[in-house]
Amino acid sequence: MARASLITDSTGAAASALTLEALRDVPPRSPRTLTRIALIGNPNSGKSSLFNQLTGLNQKVGNFPGVTVDRKTGISQLTAQHRAEIIDLPGTYSLYPKSLDEKVITDLLYDRTSEQYPDFVVVTVDASNIRRNLLLFTQLADLGLPAVLALNMMDVAEQHGIQIDISALQQELGVPIIPMNARKGVGIAALKIVMARQLGAPTKGFFSPSDDLLPMLRQIRYYFDLHNDYLALHYAHQFRQISFLTPDDRAYIQELVEKYDFQPTARQAQETIDRYARINDILLNTVTVTRTEQNEPYSNRIDKVLTHKVWGYLIFFGVLFLMFQAVFAWASYPMELIDEGVTWINQLVQTNFDGPLVSLLTEGVLAGLGGVLIFIPQIALLFAFIAVLEETGYMARVTFMMDCIMRKFGLNGKSVVPLISGVACAVPAIMSARTIENWKDRIITIFVTPLMSCSARIPVYTVLIALVVPPTKVLGIFNLQGFALMGLYLLGFFAAIFSALALKLLLRTQNKSYFIMEFPVYRWPRWKNVGITIVEKVKTFVFQAGKVIVAISVILWVLASYGPGDSLARAESRVRATAAQQQLTPTETDIRIASEKLENSYAGLFGHLLEPAIRPLGFDWKIGIALITSFAAREVFVGTISTIYSVGQDADMRTVQQKLAAEKDENGQPFFTPARAFSLLVFYVFAMQCMSTLAVVYRETKGWKWPLLQLLYMTGLAYVSSLIVYQVFK
Amino acid sequence: MPVSSISASAKTPVPRSVKDLRLGESGTICCLQDPEMALKLLEMGCIPGTQVRMNSRAPLGCPITLVVGNEDYTLSLRVSEAATILLKD
Repeated sequence: MARASLITDSTGAAASALTLEALRDVPPRSPRTLTRIALIGNPNSGKSSLFNQLTGLNQKVGNFPGVTVDRKTGISQLTAQHRAEIIDLPGTYSLYPKSLDEKVITDLLYDRTSEQYPDFVVVTVDASNIRRNLLLFTQLADLGLPAVLALNMMDVAEQHGIQIDISALQQELGVPIIPMNARKGVGIAALKIVMARQLGAPTKGFFSPSDDLLPMLRQIRYYFDLHNDYLALHYAHQFRQISFLTPDDRAYIQELVEKYDFQPTARQAQETIDRYARINDILLNTVTVTRTEQNEPYSNRIDKVLTHKVWGYLIFFGVLFLMFQAVFAWASYPMELIDEGVTWINQLVQTNFDGPLVSLLTEGVLAGLGGVLIFIPQIALLFAFIAVLEETGYMARVTFMMDCIMRKFGLNGKSVVPLISGVACAVPAIMSARTIENWKDRIITIFVTPLMSCSARIPVYTVLIALVVPPTKVLGIFNLQGFALMGLYLLGFFAAIFSALALKLLLRTQNKSYFIMEFPVYRWPRWKNVGITIVEKVKTFVFQAGKVIVAISVILWVLASYGPGDSLARAESRVRATAAQQQLTPTETDIRIASEKLENSYAGLFGHLLEPAIRPLGFDWKIGIALITSFAAREVFVGTISTIYSVGQDADMRTVQQKLAAEKDENGQPFFTPARAFSLLVFYVFAMQCMSTLAVVYRETKGWKWPLLQLLYMTGLAYVSSLIVYQVFK
Repeated sequence: MPVSSISASAKTPVPRSVKDLRLGESGTICCLQDPEMALKLLEMGCIPGTQVRMNSRAPLGCPITLVVGNEDYTLSLRVSEAATILLKD
């Protein structure tokens, strides 16, 4: 038999004729039922590319029960009559889960009675790294799962001088093999045809549990009515982690394991060694490697520059700077457009309709929607960068270069990206923490990222700094206000780093954190994958975090626009009476009405209620109101302060700064002393004060535990720090 | 390969581990010291008897990358993790 060459036509029909021939007597599936197919493979084996090729934009992101793993499913049109539901499982090196993410795989594949149980699996195997990739395949085959092997990255294998005899390998492995290059779409058509067939269980076994285990395994097997010994072995290994077992089931296995003195670690190690021995035998007859100078990995040469101790960091910081610019500066143009668009629609509604619901619609719902849409440019841009970094393999180098430093603080090499992005906005930054595989590192990163000073804090910082810090020049060129601003940024940065350190010591995990990972070769990004990532991230944010943001926005609107009884109406008529006496212009009257209404609203009420608690920080009820309303977003602080401080001041005081400077305390002295202003600044450095961040943390951690802990921690930190600042400096 | 080879005998006087390899130097894996970590390393192809080559060190000294086997598959791991992979003489 001639060695199968790399397919070059995009249909892949020629090379897979072999495969299809073998399948000719296999009947096509009944087209009416929706086949359920699971996609499984090693990380970096091109699984995502294949998933994108099969489903396109027909993807849905849901949840696996109980874990923070996204459940990506999509519908694929296999043939004209046949559609299948594809589920994309997390990348894994074996069926013995090492992380919480990998657990969803075993939960799905161990329970044959489950409705979610796949009809068969498509196993992606990196042809350039076939030995290690086949480990997972042999485990799946021994579980008795019908499988198709998608032998991916044939192009890379060829570059590396690796030649695979496809038909011989197919004989040895006992399943259909489709050679492909998923990134370019090569072999997809052939794979789809095979996927539309009714596949039987694999014909070959690769590992049998040793005979001395059989008494125990058979008991487990028949007790749980399992279809083979190998599955029973997995029950014996993992009964503590399998989510669908009842406590009684676990106790039953526990007893057996103790009775037979089952040594899971040694057994698992031996299994892996045996499997590799078997795989080596198979590869001996099916794969030849021709090494030449030419196919010496080009990745190593690129790495000499990109992970160089000087150039490596310079290039990395260049990339970070570009990312930061994108999220910070480039995103501002579409964000302004969105802002103007929402304002325009708001005015359109307000001028054309009348009634009590208009205000709810415009200031509550539409404002909330605007608050969701405004994040889209930042999320899209940040994930465009991240997707390219991931696609090219550069992200692995980032982790490689930064791990040493970041690990000292309980963070991960990849935490750099969320932390730096957090300076622009915590919302996309927290979403980007998804690239961190380790659960503990990810939680810590998510937890501390909002402490980095984001762009929404800038209006608050600049107004208050301008109020109390003179624009004096220091050393001739540096501005004192600039120093103050930098100090606030550094304060946030150090708070993040040291909070991470504290969390590192506090958090306990069941799963050990390893760094052991494949160092992928450099590749050009596939723009289709980048595009799909962006669409998917924007969709999940809008539909999942967006709900929470709109809900909180409506609540805040109710608080600021309604008061107990007819207090708002009375406030308005009171102002109108005095306005008539003092002959104020209509504009002045309106400003005063807005201010009085806010004071008498529920938000005002809460502001007054809050006053005793925040007085030690130097804040009064007016600031209390601003703290409540700015929970929507920090920059709202400036708007609220501007409304509330309008009372009893001359109309020509236009800027917020002038209004604040004119505010007097009970002794007639300026209210905003440096102590007060700095107390407030420090409060804004630390306090959560952002419902969108809360919503996105809720979405990323799949529960309210972490966002609430974060809110509590950050508010507590803000309170204590402000208290110290005010009490020391007043 | 017997399972006992996974754990190193305590008597050996300071065996060389993968972390001691110089840049570009190769060695053959003798045994894996940490039983828990061994499971992960074995799955990644670090089977006793396999040749590994020190490929690069991160600028700050850790982590490192190894080329595993005679295929060009590069593995990155921390120095502390590499220290658990002992080499044959």
